[in-house]
Amino acid sequence: MSAPLLETHALCKRFGGLLATDSVSLSVRRGECHALIGPNGAGKTTLIGQLSGSLRPDAGVVRFDGRDVTCLGAHQRAMLGFARSFQITSILNDFSVLDNVGVALQAVSGSSFAFWRPVAAETALSTEATAILDKVGLAGLASRRARDLSHGEHRQLEIALALATRPQLMLLDEPMAGMGPDESERMVRLITELKGRYTILLVEHDMDAVFRLADRISVLVAGRVIATGTVDEIRANDAVKCAYLGEEEVD
Amino acid sequence: MRLLRYAVLAAVCLLALAFPQLATWADQEFYISVASRVLIWGLFATSLNLLVGMGGMVSMGHAAFFGIGAYVVGITAVEAPQWSGALLVLPLAVLVTGALALVIGAISLRTRGVYFIMITLAFAQMLFYVFISLKGYGGDDGMQLLARSPLGSLKMADDTVFYYLVLALLALCLLGLARLRDSRFGRVLAGIKDNEARMESLGYATFRFKLTAFVIAGGMGGLAGALMANQNGYLSPNMLYWDQSGTALVMVILGGLGSLWGGLAGAAAFLLLEEVLAAFTPHWQIILGLVLLGVVFFAPRGLAGLFARKPR
Repeated sequence: MSAPLLETHALCKRFGGLLATDSVSLSVRRGECHALIGPNGAGKTTLIGQLSGSLRPDAGVVRFDGRDVTCLGAHQRAMLGFARSFQITSILNDFSVLDNVGVALQAVSGSSFAFWRPVAAETALSTEATAILDKVGLAGLASRRARDLSHGEHRQLEIALALATRPQLMLLDEPMAGMGPDESERMVRLITELKGRYTILLVEHDMDAVFRLADRISVLVAGRVIATGTVDEIRANDAVKCAYLGEEEVD
Repeated sequence: MRLLRYAVLAAVCLLALAFPQLATWADQEFYISVASRVLIWGLFATSLNLLVGMGGMVSMGHAAFFGIGAYVVGITAVEAPQWSGALLVLPLAVLVTGALALVIGAISLRTRGVYFIMITLAFAQMLFYVFISLKGYGGDDGMQLLARSPLGSLKMADDTVFYYLVLALLALCLLGLARLRDSRFGRVLAGIKDNEARMESLGYATFRFKLTAFVIAGGMGGLAGALMANQNGYLSPNMLYWDQSGTALVMVILGGLGSLWGGLAGAAAFLLLEEVLAAFTPHWQIILGLVLLGVVFFAPRGLAGLFARKPR
């Protein structure tokens, strides 16, 4: 058992009367693919927001590699090795696909307070950006405007942006959301390739995908983690069946 | 299209370089100082375009830097005339307004959208009222300059000489902005305008980038103000008033948001319209309003956008 890369202790977040995150203690081990599942409104995206630093928890601690990062903002955590893909596609719409990845690479390679030298002349950036696009299957679309891509391609670009920041930990918020079966299959294969090389926290509704990809699963219901375990343990867990899986069988 | 673009650019540059000779030849020397005014307004609008067009920060208080730049010239002439040479006073105006932008930006960039518009407007109006009440520096009567800031052995009083000084400074600023736009910094600024939350999650401390752009724009606006004081031989709190910010914003929209030449094209079009239309009717701004509507609906990338390269 390797040490946890990401740990939370008694994390709480309240929106008015709603306790969106209720004393969540979570531990993601280095190198594992940890899935976070739960019914709609369970607080998964709110939790991801607190992990990535875009939301400040009301109470509790977030530790990354043993270090307390609770008070660090999103850009500071990104520099430590956090990368996030968004549930609702968040890319630079007016940039070309290549420049999207280029600007992400730029964040982790040298200062961006450079005012004179054309960034287009930095071949190292564009070479690496092309390699990343190749990895996620967008190589042919490098010069297209990001806005003009299809939904599935947007999701692939999200992953490319996350990869470009040379992360240790990838927070993937529903990467298959809104995808057709073919696109989903391609995404599962892409994440399978990333497994092992990166520590992944995966939020996903597609149970087939979760059971294929995850090493361990945590189940979030109404802001609380009701169970954590391997795929088989979660499948056999009565509380989970009742709160989450059972609900799907009824559908 | 590319060829047309270069042709237009070359024609504009030639016209700008030869303008004083053309005006003298046509016995219309008066238009040399009109052209200087166009260039100075162009510089001011260009500096605002860096904020609004490239960085997505809609400021309604840009006149603060225009006016303070002018007051640096006026106050130096009174308090420290030995420093009033152009080589000292123009950099001083840039430094003072840049520092002012650092303070105003550090506070107002913590807000967004309408709040940002309001807080920048508030700062500029505050300065306006401060200078209205500073009787030592003319109060609301403003200050008269005895002469233009001297520069070596150049005859600055000569409108042609002054025109070329303004043209050279504008060209320098445009060159700097062209490089900035395509640099690492420029790409980050464009990214922030496009999707700030995404840039944060990629690891960019967006506040610092926006503040840097705000300081550069402030310094450039201050330079424009210092030149305008020299051009007119006069400065007053009206240069700090919010309608100056509004005029610059109209110029930027008219000329082309985010386009390198947008500020200059907008200033030229605006002042030309004013010159021509005001001869027909005192209500010329009604027609200006219609033109502005037309631009917003039919050429959202402005006049410069008709020729400029496609945005990336």
